[in-house]
Amino acid sequence: MKLASAPRSLPADAALGTIAEGPSALLAGPQAPREDVESIELSLLLEAIRRRWGYDFTHYSHASIRRRLDQARRAAGLANFSDLLSRVLHDESFFDRLLRYMSVTVTEMFRDPQCYRTVRERLIPVFKTFPFIKIWCAGCATGEEVYSLAILLHEEGFLERARLYATDFNKDSLDIAEKGIYPQRAMDAYAANYHQSGGRGEFSDYYSSSYDFARMKGFLRDRIIFSYHNLVTDGIFGEMNLITCRNVLIYFDKTLQEQVLRLFTDSLRHGAYLCLGAKESLNFSAVKPLYETLDSRQRIYKKRGLVAHG
Amino acid sequence: MAEPRYEAVVMGASAGGLQALKSLLSALPESFRLPIAIVQHVDASAKSYLAEILSRDCKLAVTEAEDKADFRSGTVYLAPTGYHLLIEPDCSLSLSVDEKVNYCRPAIDPLFESAANAFGPTLIGVVLTGANQDGARGLQHIRTRGGCAIVQDPESAESRFMPRAALDAGPVDHIVPLSEIAPLLGALEGQTLPTTGSKKAGAKGGLK
Ligand SMILES: C[S@@+](CC[C@H](N)C(=O)[O-])C[C@H]1O[C@@H](n2cnc3c(N)ncnc32)[C@H](O)[C@@H]1O
Repeated sequence: MKLASAPRSLPADAALGTIAEGPSALLAGPQAPREDVESIELSLLLEAIRRRWGYDFTHYSHASIRRRLDQARRAAGLANFSDLLSRVLHDESFFDRLLRYMSVTVTEMFRDPQCYRTVRERLIPVFKTFPFIKIWCAGCATGEEVYSLAILLHEEGFLERARLYATDFNKDSLDIAEKGIYPQRAMDAYAANYHQSGGRGEFSDYYSSSYDFARMKGFLRDRIIFSYHNLVTDGIFGEMNLITCRNVLIYFDKTLQEQVLRLFTDSLRHGAYLCLGAKESLNFSAVKPLYETLDSRQRIYKKRGLVAHG
Repeated sequence: MAEPRYEAVVMGASAGGLQALKSLLSALPESFRLPIAIVQHVDASAKSYLAEILSRDCKLAVTEAEDKADFRSGTVYLAPTGYHLLIEPDCSLSLSVDEKVNYCRPAIDPLFESAANAFGPTLIGVVLTGANQDGARGLQHIRTRGGCAIVQDPESAESRFMPRAALDAGPVDHIVPLSEIAPLLGALEGQTLPTTGSKKAGAKGGLK
Protein backbone atom coordinates (compact mmCIF):
# COMPACT_ATOMS: atom_id res chain seq x y z
CA MET A 1 0.00 0.00 0.00
CA LYS A 2 1.14 3.48 -0.76
CA LEU A 3 1.25 5.90 2.11
CA ALA A 4 0.45 9.50 1.42
CA SER A 5 2.94 12.25 1.76
CA ALA A 6 2.22 13.71 5.15
CA PRO A 7 1.75 17.44 5.52
CA ARG A 8 4.38 18.90 7.81
CA SER A 9 1.74 21.05 9.40
CA LEU A 10 0.21 18.08 11.14
CA PRO A 11 2.24 17.25 14.23
CA ALA A 12 1.26 13.57 14.36
CA ASP A 13 3.26 12.98 11.22
CA ALA A 14 6.38 14.84 12.26
CA ALA A 15 8.41 11.68 12.62
CA LEU A 16 7.42 10.42 9.19
CA GLY A 17 8.30 13.82 7.76
CA THR A 18 11.94 13.41 8.68
CA ILE A 19 12.12 10.04 7.01
CA ALA A 20 10.62 11.44 3.86
CA GLU A 21 13.21 14.16 3.73
CA GLY A 22 16.18 11.92 3.81
CA PRO A 23 15.16 8.75 2.03
CA SER A 24 17.34 6.00 3.31
CA ALA A 25 16.86 2.34 2.60
CA LEU A 26 17.56 1.48 6.22
CA LEU A 27 15.09 3.84 7.79
CA ALA A 28 12.39 3.67 5.21
CA GLY A 29 11.22 0.10 5.42
CA PRO A 30 8.06 -1.00 3.68
CA GLN A 31 6.43 2.42 3.79
CA ALA A 32 9.26 4.10 1.93
CA PRO A 33 7.66 5.19 -1.35
CA ARG A 34 5.90 8.27 -0.05
CA GLU A 35 6.72 10.50 -2.96
CA ASP A 36 4.85 10.05 -6.20
CA VAL A 37 6.99 9.15 -9.20
CA GLU A 38 6.34 12.42 -10.95
CA SER A 39 7.69 14.52 -8.13
CA ILE A 40 10.88 12.47 -8.15
CA GLU A 41 11.12 13.03 -11.90
CA LEU A 42 10.49 16.73 -11.41
CA SER A 43 13.38 17.07 -8.95
CA LEU A 44 15.70 15.23 -11.31
CA LEU A 45 14.58 17.36 -14.24
CA LEU A 46 15.21 20.63 -12.39
CA GLU A 47 18.60 19.34 -11.28
CA ALA A 48 19.46 18.39 -14.85
CA ILE A 49 18.48 21.83 -16.12
CA ARG A 50 20.62 23.46 -13.47
CA ARG A 51 23.71 21.40 -14.18
CA ARG A 52 23.37 21.35 -17.95
CA TRP A 53 22.22 24.91 -18.69
CA GLY A 54 22.90 26.93 -15.54
CA TYR A 55 19.29 27.95 -14.93
CA ASP A 56 18.42 27.15 -11.35
CA PHE A 57 14.72 26.49 -10.79
CA THR A 58 15.25 24.16 -7.86
CA HIS A 59 14.02 26.79 -5.41
CA TYR A 60 10.96 27.79 -7.39
CA SER A 61 7.52 26.90 -6.08
CA HIS A 62 7.15 23.35 -7.22
CA ALA A 63 3.37 23.31 -7.59
CA SER A 64 3.39 26.04 -10.16
CA ILE A 65 6.47 24.92 -12.09
CA ARG A 66 5.13 21.38 -12.25
CA ARG A 67 1.96 22.63 -13.91
CA ARG A 68 3.91 24.56 -16.49
CA LEU A 69 6.37 21.77 -17.22
CA ASP A 70 3.41 19.49 -17.65
CA GLN A 71 2.02 21.84 -20.30
CA ALA A 72 5.39 21.77 -22.04
CA ARG A 73 5.47 18.00 -21.83
CA ARG A 74 2.05 17.69 -23.42
CA ALA A 75 2.87 20.23 -26.11
CA ALA A 76 5.97 18.20 -27.00
CA GLY A 77 3.93 15.01 -27.08
CA LEU A 78 6.10 13.32 -24.45
CA ALA A 79 4.86 10.65 -22.07
CA ASN A 80 6.48 11.78 -18.84
CA PHE A 81 9.05 14.08 -17.21
CA SER A 82 11.81 11.50 -17.69
CA ASP A 83 11.39 11.78 -21.46
CA LEU A 84 11.43 15.54 -21.09
CA LEU A 85 14.65 15.25 -19.08
CA SER A 86 16.38 13.29 -21.79
CA ARG A 87 15.41 15.85 -24.46
CA VAL A 88 16.54 18.71 -22.22
CA LEU A 89 19.96 17.17 -21.70
CA HIS A 90 20.68 16.55 -25.36
CA ASP A 91 18.86 19.26 -27.29
CA GLU A 92 19.69 22.91 -26.68
CA SER A 93 17.01 24.34 -28.94
CA PHE A 94 14.45 22.20 -27.15
CA PHE A 95 15.59 23.66 -23.84
CA ASP A 96 15.28 27.20 -25.24
CA ARG A 97 11.68 26.48 -26.10
CA LEU A 98 11.11 24.90 -22.72
CA LEU A 99 12.37 28.03 -20.97
CA ARG A 100 9.42 29.96 -22.33
CA TYR A 101 7.09 27.69 -20.43
CA MET A 102 9.06 28.24 -17.24
CA SER A 103 8.38 31.95 -17.01
CA VAL A 104 4.94 33.35 -16.42
CA THR A 105 4.65 36.58 -18.32
CA VAL A 106 1.12 37.62 -17.35
CA THR A 107 1.19 41.36 -16.61
CA GLU A 108 -0.76 44.62 -17.00
CA MET A 109 -0.25 48.36 -17.06
CA PHE A 110 -1.05 50.07 -13.77
CA ARG A 111 -1.83 46.69 -12.22
CA ASP A 112 -3.16 47.40 -8.69
CA PRO A 113 -3.87 51.08 -9.44
CA GLN A 114 -3.85 51.97 -5.76
CA CYS A 115 -0.19 51.04 -5.54
CA TYR A 116 0.71 53.52 -8.28
CA ARG A 117 -1.38 56.15 -6.52
CA THR A 118 0.69 55.61 -3.38
CA VAL A 119 3.94 55.90 -5.34
CA ARG A 120 2.63 59.13 -6.83
CA GLU A 121 1.45 60.63 -3.57
CA ARG A 122 4.12 59.48 -1.16
CA LEU A 123 7.31 58.65 -3.06
CA ILE A 124 7.36 61.33 -5.73
CA PRO A 125 7.47 64.24 -3.23
CA VAL A 126 10.58 62.65 -1.72
CA PHE A 127 12.17 62.00 -5.12
CA LYS A 128 11.60 65.64 -6.04
CA THR A 129 14.18 66.60 -3.44
CA PHE A 130 16.85 64.63 -5.37
CA PRO A 131 18.67 65.78 -8.48
CA PHE A 132 18.47 62.34 -10.10
CA ILE A 133 16.96 58.95 -9.27
CA LYS A 134 17.45 55.37 -10.36
CA ILE A 135 14.63 52.81 -10.47
CA TRP A 136 14.96 49.08 -10.98
CA CYS A 137 11.97 47.14 -12.17
CA ALA A 138 13.00 43.52 -11.54
CA GLY A 139 11.05 40.81 -13.36
CA CYS A 140 9.56 43.34 -15.77
CA ALA A 141 8.11 40.70 -18.12
CA THR A 142 6.90 42.39 -21.32
CA GLY A 143 7.41 45.89 -19.92
CA GLU A 144 3.91 47.09 -19.00
CA GLU A 145 4.92 47.84 -15.41
CA VAL A 146 7.98 49.94 -16.27
CA TYR A 147 6.09 51.95 -18.93
CA SER A 148 3.43 52.66 -16.30
CA LEU A 149 6.14 54.01 -14.00
CA ALA A 150 7.59 56.10 -16.81
CA ILE A 151 4.17 57.64 -17.51
CA LEU A 152 3.72 58.44 -13.84
CA LEU A 153 7.15 60.09 -13.63
CA HIS A 154 6.44 62.06 -16.77
CA GLU A 155 3.21 63.46 -15.34
CA GLU A 156 5.08 64.48 -12.23
CA GLY A 157 7.61 66.32 -14.39
CA PHE A 158 10.35 64.03 -13.21
CA LEU A 159 11.02 61.64 -16.07
CA GLU A 160 14.03 63.60 -17.36
CA ARG A 161 15.70 63.19 -13.99
CA ALA A 162 15.09 59.48 -13.75
CA ARG A 163 16.75 56.41 -15.18
CA LEU A 164 14.70 53.22 -15.23
CA TYR A 165 16.32 49.79 -15.44
CA ALA A 166 13.97 46.99 -16.43
CA THR A 167 15.26 43.44 -16.19
CA ASP A 168 14.01 39.92 -16.73
CA PHE A 169 15.50 36.54 -17.56
CA ASN A 170 13.03 35.91 -20.35
CA LYS A 171 14.63 37.21 -23.55
CA ASP A 172 11.44 36.98 -25.59
CA SER A 173 9.64 39.14 -23.04
CA LEU A 174 12.51 41.65 -23.05
CA ASP A 175 12.28 41.92 -26.84
CA ILE A 176 8.63 42.81 -26.62
CA ALA A 177 9.30 45.22 -23.76
CA GLU A 178 12.01 46.99 -25.71
CA LYS A 179 9.77 47.45 -28.74
CA GLY A 180 6.93 48.67 -26.55
CA ILE A 181 4.26 47.42 -28.91
CA TYR A 182 1.06 46.02 -27.41
CA PRO A 183 -2.33 44.95 -28.69
CA GLN A 184 -4.71 47.91 -28.85
CA ARG A 185 -7.41 45.85 -27.13
CA ALA A 186 -5.25 45.55 -24.01
CA MET A 187 -4.60 49.29 -23.95
CA ASP A 188 -8.30 50.01 -23.81
CA ALA A 189 -8.52 47.89 -20.68
CA TYR A 190 -5.47 49.57 -19.11
CA ALA A 191 -7.01 53.03 -19.51
CA ALA A 192 -9.35 52.34 -16.59
CA ASN A 193 -6.41 51.26 -14.40
CA TYR A 194 -4.53 54.39 -15.40
CA HIS A 195 -7.33 56.72 -14.31
CA GLN A 196 -7.85 54.83 -11.04
CA SER A 197 -4.16 55.19 -10.31
CA GLY A 198 -4.49 58.97 -10.35
CA GLY A 199 -3.47 59.50 -13.98
CA ARG A 200 -3.88 63.12 -14.91
CA GLY A 201 -3.84 63.09 -18.70
CA GLU A 202 -5.25 61.11 -21.59
CA PHE A 203 -3.88 57.59 -21.53
CA SER A 204 -3.98 57.49 -25.34
CA ASP A 205 -1.45 60.35 -25.45
CA TYR A 206 1.25 57.90 -24.41
CA TYR A 207 1.13 55.67 -27.47
CA SER A 208 0.47 55.86 -31.16
CA SER A 209 -1.97 53.42 -32.65
CA SER A 210 -1.86 51.74 -35.99
CA TYR A 211 -4.34 49.02 -36.86
CA ASP A 212 -4.67 46.71 -33.89
CA PHE A 213 -1.45 47.76 -32.22
CA ALA A 214 -0.25 50.52 -29.95
CA ARG A 215 3.37 51.64 -29.71
CA MET A 216 4.61 53.42 -26.61
CA LYS A 217 5.95 56.91 -27.33
CA GLY A 218 9.70 57.29 -27.74
CA PHE A 219 10.15 59.79 -24.93
CA LEU A 220 9.04 57.07 -22.50
CA ARG A 221 11.14 54.34 -24.08
CA ASP A 222 14.25 56.54 -24.10
CA ARG A 223 14.46 56.67 -20.32
CA ILE A 224 14.33 52.90 -19.90
CA ILE A 225 17.24 50.50 -20.17
CA PHE A 226 16.12 46.93 -20.73
CA SER A 227 18.52 44.19 -19.88
CA TYR A 228 18.88 40.54 -19.10
CA HIS A 229 19.27 39.78 -15.40
CA ASN A 230 18.59 36.53 -13.61
CA LEU A 231 17.56 37.17 -10.02
CA VAL A 232 18.75 33.73 -8.94
CA THR A 233 22.27 33.86 -10.28
CA ASP A 234 23.18 37.47 -11.11
CA GLY A 235 24.51 40.13 -8.75
CA ILE A 236 23.41 43.47 -7.40
CA PHE A 237 22.20 46.47 -9.37
CA GLY A 238 23.58 49.22 -7.20
CA GLU A 239 22.46 52.49 -5.69
CA MET A 240 18.76 52.31 -6.50
CA ASN A 241 16.22 54.79 -5.14
CA LEU A 242 13.32 52.44 -5.84
CA ILE A 243 13.09 48.78 -6.66
CA THR A 244 9.80 47.34 -7.82
CA CYS A 245 9.58 43.58 -7.96
CA ARG A 246 5.98 42.58 -8.24
CA ASN A 247 4.48 39.13 -8.62
CA VAL A 248 7.84 37.48 -8.99
CA LEU A 249 8.64 36.40 -5.41
CA ILE A 250 5.44 34.31 -5.22
CA TYR A 251 7.09 31.98 -7.72
CA PHE A 252 9.99 31.31 -5.35
CA ASP A 253 10.23 29.19 -2.22
CA LYS A 254 11.08 30.85 1.09
CA THR A 255 14.80 30.24 0.76
CA LEU A 256 15.01 31.89 -2.64
CA GLN A 257 12.68 34.71 -1.60
CA GLU A 258 15.10 35.44 1.21
CA GLN A 259 18.14 35.38 -1.09
CA VAL A 260 16.51 37.77 -3.57
CA LEU A 261 15.32 40.13 -0.83
CA ARG A 262 18.97 40.30 0.33
CA LEU A 263 19.99 41.17 -3.21
CA PHE A 264 17.44 44.00 -3.25
CA THR A 265 18.52 45.27 0.12
CA ASP A 266 22.11 45.42 -1.08
CA SER A 267 21.03 47.22 -4.25
CA LEU A 268 19.05 49.96 -2.48
CA ARG A 269 20.40 53.21 -1.10
CA HIS A 270 19.64 53.96 2.51
CA GLY A 271 16.22 55.55 2.76
CA ALA A 272 15.23 54.08 -0.62
CA TYR A 273 12.05 52.15 -1.38
CA LEU A 274 11.06 48.61 -2.17
CA CYS A 275 7.69 47.89 -3.74
CA LEU A 276 6.43 44.29 -3.84
CA GLY A 277 3.33 42.69 -5.35
CA ALA A 278 -0.08 42.84 -3.69
CA LYS A 279 0.36 39.36 -2.15
CA GLU A 280 4.04 39.62 -1.28
CA SER A 281 5.48 41.07 1.89
CA LEU A 282 8.52 41.30 4.13
CA ASN A 283 6.51 39.90 7.04
CA PHE A 284 8.29 36.57 7.30
CA SER A 285 11.66 37.74 6.11
CA ALA A 286 14.89 38.24 8.02
CA VAL A 287 15.42 41.57 6.22
CA LYS A 288 12.25 43.00 7.77
CA PRO A 289 14.09 44.88 10.55
CA LEU A 290 16.13 46.68 7.91
CA TYR A 291 12.98 48.37 6.61
CA GLU A 292 10.15 50.47 7.88
CA THR A 293 6.74 49.89 6.39
CA LEU A 294 5.55 52.85 4.38
CA ASP A 295 2.24 51.33 3.31
CA SER A 296 1.43 47.80 4.39
CA ARG A 297 -1.53 47.36 2.02
CA GLN A 298 0.42 48.51 -1.03
CA ARG A 299 3.51 46.59 0.15
CA ILE A 300 5.84 49.56 -0.01
CA TYR A 301 8.84 49.52 2.32
CA LYS A 302 11.57 52.01 3.09
CA LYS A 303 15.09 50.86 3.78
CA ARG A 304 16.33 52.31 7.04
CA GLY A 305 19.26 54.69 7.03
CA LEU A 306 22.58 54.15 8.79
CA VAL A 307 21.69 56.93 11.16
CA ALA A 308 18.17 57.45 12.33
CA HIS A 309 16.44 60.35 10.70
CA GLY A 310 12.84 61.50 10.73
CA MET B 1 1.76 2.65 13.78
CA ALA B 2 -1.33 4.77 13.21
CA GLU B 3 -3.59 3.86 10.28
CA PRO B 4 -3.52 6.48 7.52
CA ARG B 5 -6.35 9.00 7.64
CA TYR B 6 -7.56 11.87 5.54
CA GLU B 7 -5.42 14.95 5.97
CA ALA B 8 -6.93 17.81 3.98
CA VAL B 9 -9.97 19.07 2.09
CA VAL B 10 -10.17 21.20 -1.07
CA MET B 11 -13.40 22.73 -2.36
CA GLY B 12 -14.47 24.59 -5.46
CA ALA B 13 -17.59 26.65 -6.05
CA SER B 14 -18.83 29.17 -8.56
CA ALA B 15 -22.30 30.63 -9.18
CA GLY B 16 -24.39 30.15 -6.04
CA GLY B 17 -21.26 29.24 -4.12
CA LEU B 18 -21.44 31.91 -1.47
CA GLN B 19 -24.72 30.59 -0.07
CA ALA B 20 -23.57 26.98 -0.44
CA LEU B 21 -20.26 27.63 1.34
CA LYS B 22 -22.01 29.56 4.11
CA SER B 23 -24.30 26.70 4.88
CA LEU B 24 -21.64 24.01 4.48
CA LEU B 25 -18.97 25.71 6.59
CA SER B 26 -21.38 26.71 9.34
CA ALA B 27 -22.36 23.05 9.67
CA LEU B 28 -18.81 21.90 10.40
CA PRO B 29 -18.08 21.41 14.09
CA GLU B 30 -15.37 23.35 15.88
CA SER B 31 -13.58 20.05 16.36
CA PHE B 32 -13.10 19.51 12.60
CA ARG B 33 -9.32 19.21 12.20
CA LEU B 34 -8.67 18.86 8.47
CA PRO B 35 -7.35 22.06 6.86
CA ILE B 36 -9.64 23.31 4.08
CA ALA B 37 -8.64 25.28 0.96
CA ILE B 38 -11.37 26.85 -1.16
CA VAL B 39 -11.61 28.47 -4.55
CA GLN B 40 -14.79 30.46 -5.02
CA HIS B 41 -15.01 32.25 -8.37
CA VAL B 42 -15.57 35.95 -7.90
CA ASP B 43 -15.69 38.93 -10.19
CA ALA B 44 -12.09 40.13 -10.47
CA SER B 45 -13.04 43.79 -10.14
CA ALA B 46 -15.15 43.26 -7.02
CA LYS B 47 -13.47 43.83 -3.70
CA SER B 48 -13.44 40.58 -1.81
CA TYR B 49 -15.16 40.35 1.52
CA LEU B 50 -15.53 36.62 1.15
CA ALA B 51 -13.48 35.74 4.22
CA GLU B 52 -15.44 38.15 6.39
CA ILE B 53 -18.79 36.91 5.17
CA LEU B 54 -17.91 33.25 5.55
CA SER B 55 -16.30 33.60 8.95
CA ARG B 56 -19.49 34.98 10.47
CA ASP B 57 -21.22 31.64 10.91
CA CYS B 58 -18.24 29.34 10.73
CA LYS B 59 -16.75 27.88 13.90
CA LEU B 60 -13.38 27.39 12.24
CA ALA B 61 -10.96 30.21 11.48
CA VAL B 62 -11.55 31.56 7.97
CA THR B 63 -8.77 33.50 6.30
CA GLU B 64 -7.50 34.61 2.92
CA ALA B 65 -4.59 32.42 1.86
CA GLU B 66 -1.15 34.03 2.08
CA ASP B 67 1.77 33.00 -0.07
CA LYS B 68 4.05 30.39 1.56
CA ALA B 69 1.95 30.22 4.74
CA ASP B 70 1.40 26.84 6.39
CA PHE B 71 -1.75 24.92 5.52
CA ARG B 72 -2.90 24.47 9.11
CA SER B 73 -5.53 22.25 10.59
CA GLY B 74 -8.65 23.88 11.96
CA THR B 75 -8.45 26.65 9.37
CA VAL B 76 -10.29 27.47 6.17
CA TYR B 77 -8.20 29.20 3.47
CA LEU B 78 -9.73 31.15 0.60
CA ALA B 79 -7.98 31.94 -2.68
CA PRO B 80 -7.54 35.72 -2.99
CA THR B 81 -9.16 37.54 -5.90
CA GLY B 82 -6.94 37.49 -8.98
CA TYR B 83 -4.56 34.74 -7.78
CA HIS B 84 -4.52 30.99 -8.21
CA LEU B 85 -4.09 29.08 -4.97
CA LEU B 86 -1.80 26.04 -5.02
CA ILE B 87 -0.57 23.54 -2.44
CA GLU B 88 3.16 22.83 -2.41
CA PRO B 89 4.65 19.35 -1.88
CA ASP B 90 5.72 20.47 1.62
CA CYS B 91 2.07 21.38 2.20
CA SER B 92 2.53 25.11 2.34
CA LEU B 93 0.31 27.44 0.33
CA SER B 94 1.44 29.21 -2.84
CA LEU B 95 -0.18 31.94 -4.91
CA SER B 96 0.36 32.53 -8.61
CA VAL B 97 -0.76 34.90 -11.34
CA ASP B 98 -0.43 32.28 -14.06
CA GLU B 99 -2.80 32.49 -17.02
CA LYS B 100 -6.48 32.03 -16.29
CA VAL B 101 -7.68 28.44 -16.29
CA ASN B 102 -11.22 27.81 -17.55
CA TYR B 103 -11.44 31.61 -17.92
CA CYS B 104 -10.93 31.99 -14.17
CA ARG B 105 -8.27 33.15 -11.74
CA PRO B 106 -8.48 31.81 -9.12
CA ALA B 107 -9.47 28.52 -10.74
CA ILE B 108 -10.41 25.25 -9.08
CA ASP B 109 -8.37 22.85 -11.23
CA PRO B 110 -4.92 24.17 -10.23
CA LEU B 111 -5.84 23.95 -6.54
CA PHE B 112 -7.20 20.42 -6.87
CA GLU B 113 -4.32 19.14 -9.00
CA SER B 114 -1.57 20.59 -6.85
CA ALA B 115 -3.25 19.41 -3.65
CA ALA B 116 -3.64 15.92 -5.10
CA ASN B 117 0.07 15.89 -5.91
CA ALA B 118 0.89 16.95 -2.35
CA PHE B 119 -1.52 14.72 -0.44
CA GLY B 120 -2.26 11.75 -2.68
CA PRO B 121 -4.85 9.39 -1.17
CA THR B 122 -5.32 11.48 1.97
CA LEU B 123 -7.07 14.32 0.14
CA ILE B 124 -10.80 14.97 -0.10
CA GLY B 125 -12.08 17.12 -3.00
CA VAL B 126 -15.53 18.70 -3.12
CA VAL B 127 -17.21 20.27 -6.17
CA LEU B 128 -20.17 22.52 -5.38
CA THR B 129 -22.68 24.59 -7.32
CA GLY B 130 -21.56 26.56 -10.38
CA ALA B 131 -22.17 27.46 -13.99
CA ASN B 132 -18.74 26.49 -15.24
CA GLN B 133 -16.81 23.30 -15.82
CA ASP B 134 -13.87 24.25 -13.62
CA GLY B 135 -12.98 21.55 -11.10
CA ALA B 136 -14.03 18.56 -13.21
CA ARG B 137 -10.50 17.81 -14.35
CA GLY B 138 -8.99 18.47 -10.95
CA LEU B 139 -11.44 16.18 -9.22
CA GLN B 140 -10.49 13.33 -11.52
CA HIS B 141 -6.84 14.02 -10.75
CA ILE B 142 -7.60 13.71 -7.05
CA ARG B 143 -9.22 10.35 -7.74
CA THR B 144 -6.33 9.18 -9.87
CA ARG B 145 -4.03 9.83 -6.92
CA GLY B 146 -6.33 7.76 -4.73
CA GLY B 147 -8.12 10.63 -2.99
CA CYS B 148 -11.81 10.94 -2.26
CA ALA B 149 -14.09 12.80 -4.71
CA ILE B 150 -17.34 14.38 -3.53
CA VAL B 151 -19.82 16.18 -5.76
CA GLN B 152 -22.83 18.16 -4.62
CA ASP B 153 -25.97 16.48 -5.97
CA PRO B 154 -26.81 18.66 -8.99
CA GLU B 155 -30.49 18.56 -7.99
CA SER B 156 -29.63 20.39 -4.76
CA ALA B 157 -27.36 22.94 -6.46
CA GLU B 158 -28.36 26.48 -7.27
CA SER B 159 -26.51 26.06 -10.52
CA ARG B 160 -26.11 22.46 -11.60
CA PHE B 161 -23.71 22.85 -14.48
CA MET B 162 -20.48 22.51 -12.48
CA PRO B 163 -21.51 19.44 -10.46
CA ARG B 164 -22.85 17.89 -13.69
CA ALA B 165 -19.56 18.54 -15.47
CA ALA B 166 -17.67 16.98 -12.56
CA LEU B 167 -19.85 13.86 -12.78
CA ASP B 168 -19.53 13.66 -16.56
CA ALA B 169 -15.74 13.70 -16.29
CA GLY B 170 -15.56 10.31 -14.56
CA PRO B 171 -16.50 8.29 -11.49
CA VAL B 172 -16.67 9.92 -8.07
CA ASP B 173 -17.03 8.55 -4.55
CA HIS B 174 -20.00 10.46 -3.18
CA ILE B 175 -22.89 12.43 -4.69
CA VAL B 176 -24.75 14.11 -1.85
CA PRO B 177 -27.11 17.04 -1.30
CA LEU B 178 -25.53 20.16 0.15
CA SER B 179 -26.89 19.59 3.66
CA GLU B 180 -25.16 16.21 3.87
CA ILE B 181 -21.69 17.30 2.83
CA ALA B 182 -20.61 18.58 6.27
CA PRO B 183 -21.76 15.38 8.05
CA LEU B 184 -20.00 13.32 5.37
CA LEU B 185 -16.75 15.25 5.90
CA GLY B 186 -17.10 14.70 9.63
CA ALA B 187 -17.52 10.98 9.07
CA LEU B 188 -14.58 10.77 6.68
CA GLU B 189 -12.36 12.60 9.14
CA GLY B 190 -12.96 9.84 11.67
CA GLN B 191 -12.30 6.98 9.26
CA THR B 192 -9.09 5.26 8.35
CA LEU B 193 -8.39 5.30 4.63
CA PRO B 194 -9.86 2.61 2.42
CA THR B 195 -7.08 0.43 1.05
CA THR B 196 -6.24 1.06 -2.57
CA GLY B 197 -7.71 -2.25 -3.69
CA SER B 198 -11.13 -2.00 -2.04
CA LYS B 199 -11.43 1.58 -3.22
CA LYS B 200 -10.96 0.68 -6.85
CA ALA B 201 -13.48 -2.11 -6.59
CA GLY B 202 -16.26 -0.22 -4.90
CA ALA B 203 -16.10 3.25 -6.34
CA LYS B 204 -18.34 3.66 -9.32
CA GLY B 205 -19.98 6.98 -8.75
CA GLY B 206 -22.36 5.48 -6.23
CA LEU B 207 -24.67 7.51 -4.02
CA LYS B 208 -23.99 7.26 -0.37
C1 LIG C 1 4.08 37.29 -13.41
S1 LIG C 1 5.39 38.21 -14.14
C2 LIG C 1 5.29 39.73 -13.28
C3 LIG C 1 5.39 40.92 -14.19
C4 LIG C 1 5.22 42.28 -13.55
N1 LIG C 1 6.27 42.53 -12.57
C5 LIG C 1 3.85 42.45 -12.93
O1 LIG C 1 3.72 42.42 -11.72
O2 LIG C 1 2.88 42.58 -13.68
C6 LIG C 1 6.82 37.38 -13.47
C7 LIG C 1 8.10 37.72 -14.20
O3 LIG C 1 9.21 37.33 -13.41
C8 LIG C 1 10.22 36.85 -14.27
N2 LIG C 1 11.18 36.01 -13.55
C9 LIG C 1 10.96 34.80 -12.99
N3 LIG C 1 12.10 34.30 -12.48
C10 LIG C 1 13.07 35.21 -12.74
C11 LIG C 1 14.46 35.27 -12.49
N4 LIG C 1 15.09 34.26 -11.87
N5 LIG C 1 15.14 36.36 -12.88
C12 LIG C 1 14.53 37.38 -13.52
N6 LIG C 1 13.21 37.38 -13.79
C13 LIG C 1 12.49 36.31 -13.42
C14 LIG C 1 9.46 36.11 -15.34
O4 LIG C 1 10.22 35.93 -16.51
C15 LIG C 1 8.25 37.03 -15.54
O5 LIG C 1 8.49 37.95 -16.54
